Amino acid sequence: MPDRTLGVLAAVFVAAAIGGFLLPQWALFLSTVAIAKALVVLGLMILWRTGLVSFGQALYYGVGGYAAGLAGRWLGLSDAILLLLLGGAVAAVIAWAVGLLLARYREIFFAMLSLAFSMLLYGLLVNTEALGSTDGVNITQPSFLGYAPGGGALVRSVYLLTIVTGLIAAWLVQIFLRSTIGQLASPIRDNEIRVEYLGVSVRSVIHLEVVIAGALAGFGGVLTALAVGHIDPEMAYWTTSGGFVFVTILAGTGSVIAPFLGALLFELVQSFAMTYTPDIWQLMLGAALLLTILFVPGGLWSLFERRRVGA
Amino acid sequence: MIAPVLEVQGLGKTFGNITAARDITVAVPARQTVGIIGANGAGKTTFVNLITGYLKPSCGRIRFEGNDITDLSPREITRLGVGRSFQVAQVFSTLSVLDNMAIAIGIARRGADAIWRPLRTRRLLDDAEAILDRYRIAAYRHAVASTLPQGVRKLLDIAMAVAAGPRLVLLDEPTSGISVEEKYEIMEVVIGALAATGLTVLFVEHDMEIVERYSERVLAFYDCTVIADGPPAEALHDQKVKRFVVGETLHRSARPAAAQVRA
Amino acid sequence: MSEATLIGFAILMDGLVYAAWLFIVAVGLSLIFGVMKILNVAHGSFYAFGAYGAATLVGLYFDAGLPVVGGFAAMLLAAVLIGILLGAILERGLLRWVYGRDEVIVVLVTYAVFLILEDVLRLIWGADSHFAYQPYVALGNVVAGDMIISNYDLALIGLAGLIALTAWWGLNRTRWGKLLVAVIHDREMATALGINVTLVFAITFLIGAVLGAFGGAFTAPKISVTPGLGVEVIVIAFAVVAIGGLGSIPGALVGALIVGLCRAAAVHLFPQGELFVVYAVMALVLAVRPEGLFSRVQARRI
Repeated sequence: MPDRTLGVLAAVFVAAAIGGFLLPQWALFLSTVAIAKALVVLGLMILWRTGLVSFGQALYYGVGGYAAGLAGRWLGLSDAILLLLLGGAVAAVIAWAVGLLLARYREIFFAMLSLAFSMLLYGLLVNTEALGSTDGVNITQPSFLGYAPGGGALVRSVYLLTIVTGLIAAWLVQIFLRSTIGQLASPIRDNEIRVEYLGVSVRSVIHLEVVIAGALAGFGGVLTALAVGHIDPEMAYWTTSGGFVFVTILAGTGSVIAPFLGALLFELVQSFAMTYTPDIWQLMLGAALLLTILFVPGGLWSLFERRRVGA
Repeated sequence: MIAPVLEVQGLGKTFGNITAARDITVAVPARQTVGIIGANGAGKTTFVNLITGYLKPSCGRIRFEGNDITDLSPREITRLGVGRSFQVAQVFSTLSVLDNMAIAIGIARRGADAIWRPLRTRRLLDDAEAILDRYRIAAYRHAVASTLPQGVRKLLDIAMAVAAGPRLVLLDEPTSGISVEEKYEIMEVVIGALAATGLTVLFVEHDMEIVERYSERVLAFYDCTVIADGPPAEALHDQKVKRFVVGETLHRSARPAAAQVRA
Repeated sequence: MSEATLIGFAILMDGLVYAAWLFIVAVGLSLIFGVMKILNVAHGSFYAFGAYGAATLVGLYFDAGLPVVGGFAAMLLAAVLIGILLGAILERGLLRWVYGRDEVIVVLVTYAVFLILEDVLRLIWGADSHFAYQPYVALGNVVAGDMIISNYDLALIGLAGLIALTAWWGLNRTRWGKLLVAVIHDREMATALGINVTLVFAITFLIGAVLGAFGGAFTAPKISVTPGLGVEVIVIAFAVVAIGGLGSIPGALVGALIVGLCRAAAVHLFPQGELFVVYAVMALVLAVRPEGLFSRVQARRI
């Protein structure tokens, strides 16, 4: 099983990389944004398997975006890879701090506290003129190890960086989920007392997962910022967090591939819906979420798995 | 003189003005099998909860192999070498029996590389199978734990408690919820599996025949404290015990299962 | 009067007004969670629909040139009708199929409904602003020294107090209220005792919906009713009930007071932290008491 997943990932990556030179710009942009989102969803997937839902991943997403954007403007850092690592690191540190508290909570209280922290950032961003307030800030153009592309080449470069990040992230998360600690997700969701009585600190495991999910969301934020060229407080708003949770459910949590498939499909449908049926796209989204929860609780991936197993 | 494996001194626990444990002093030497008896509410499970760190004592001290474990958490106490099974079997109901065992062993063996080293190695799964075999539940290896018959669930709970190789194990009513015929089977399997390992065992039990047959020493609880402490022959016939725990006459139940098991 | 006293008084007044508004908006949310263990994101929809409905009805009413007094009755009527209609459709049509499922899953179901209703709202009322300022203006102002206080705001404080008192009386002094409290404490036990929990759920949800719609209806005269109303309100209502303790009515009151006063203080003393302060308080309270200020004790599990 592990070989198959990694094999599929590698194959998809190669196809995607080739696509980077063949697909039109709008498709590259859409894919970039989708995969960036998928990174956040990957983190949510880990938490979901542990029985936790975070309604505040927008915190780290926003932190990542703003760290990268501001480092570009204030510190003159333009190397995209550096910005990526910086954003992820800052997000991870914040996640570590938040996790000290958050790891003590479960269920609805975990969700509410995570929401509170993300709204803290939102409030801070909106009310701070120096950070651009509600208008946000434009990102300075990134470079890639000295190479400073523009126009179509820039879009392609950000895209390629994103798919590489996606591949590495999926690979590392896969390794984590198959490790002893990663395998504790379901047991913790199932019976925490038993896990403690086997000699593991559940709080430590959850803390670790919060940090991993935070770092992933941070990477997502940086990549989105680089793709869009602009950051604003909306990145930290609760509806953004809600959107991530929404994709997690739609995509399903059965495999590390699921978030990517789900996010791509979601991004595609959303952009068509917003163009052709702008008045009811939220309605359709809500309906899709509802139908998924009620009738396909395992998400799209479970449908995919069922077909594959049945074949 | 070797230190007793478990030493409890003046242990007490109150919740507000309700007493759950009162002045308990016991020392258990290595490799002894102790039966804990008492009516419901007498304080047996509280005793187990106190020793395993689920509850913090209000007074008194608990020592395991000479180390003071009074203020430690269940996790820390488990890591020191104490295992525990539960009155209501605590297993991972959504996982298979084999997975349950794999997790238990994986946790016990984890090192600094636990974040990336895969859990399910051939060796780990083989070892899991071996333990399931020892507890005679290998046939259920792929069954999801929530579908298990009660006896198998309890055996899994005990097997998991022992997976880490503890030196002291506490079994809270290992045969509760199991039919009379099966009780002996369960105990034979458990005691048989534990005997080879040289463990010190404390088990809570309501069935006096089982206590008589499988324990070398009996602790009788009444009103949150120990009222008798000695070999089964003595303790079970102690006046106080007969009055407060057993009842006036010792009831004998049918023993067809025991005869079959021995055959 | 000294500068400090003036500011102090301003903070107190603003705080109370804001707290009253928060309480009216959040009490329904808390009630529904307390009885049904559902954190209803669609409460934001009740609020929004209540606001739009009231704005429309009040607009029609005053266009017809009818006496001012009836305007308030119109708002009340709009709120009650919308609350009952929406609440009934939601509860009977959808929620009853997900009772008993994981709490967080149910939250996501209500979030989905919220998204759907946001567009329904826009389809019905469009994207323009609606106004219903007549009742607000009609009540006039009272002047206290340098401050001008709207009588409408004072009336809202009164309304909040009335709702709080009714809730207290209803839960503690009536037979129906006692049944509600029983269900809040232990649903299974209540069923075993013969309480018709399904009926209790249905009625509670309606009451909660009406209260949510009240919040919107009675706020409409103070603001311009625009899309996106529900989105802002729901997250602040969450903060209030989380601080007070999910499911606790006194908690909702205390939570509203705390948030109201803190926000008023921020507005007057540190405007840059206005939004921040509400969530900072929420994070602080939750850090110390995860289940809010008024929460239940849990029994032993093993």
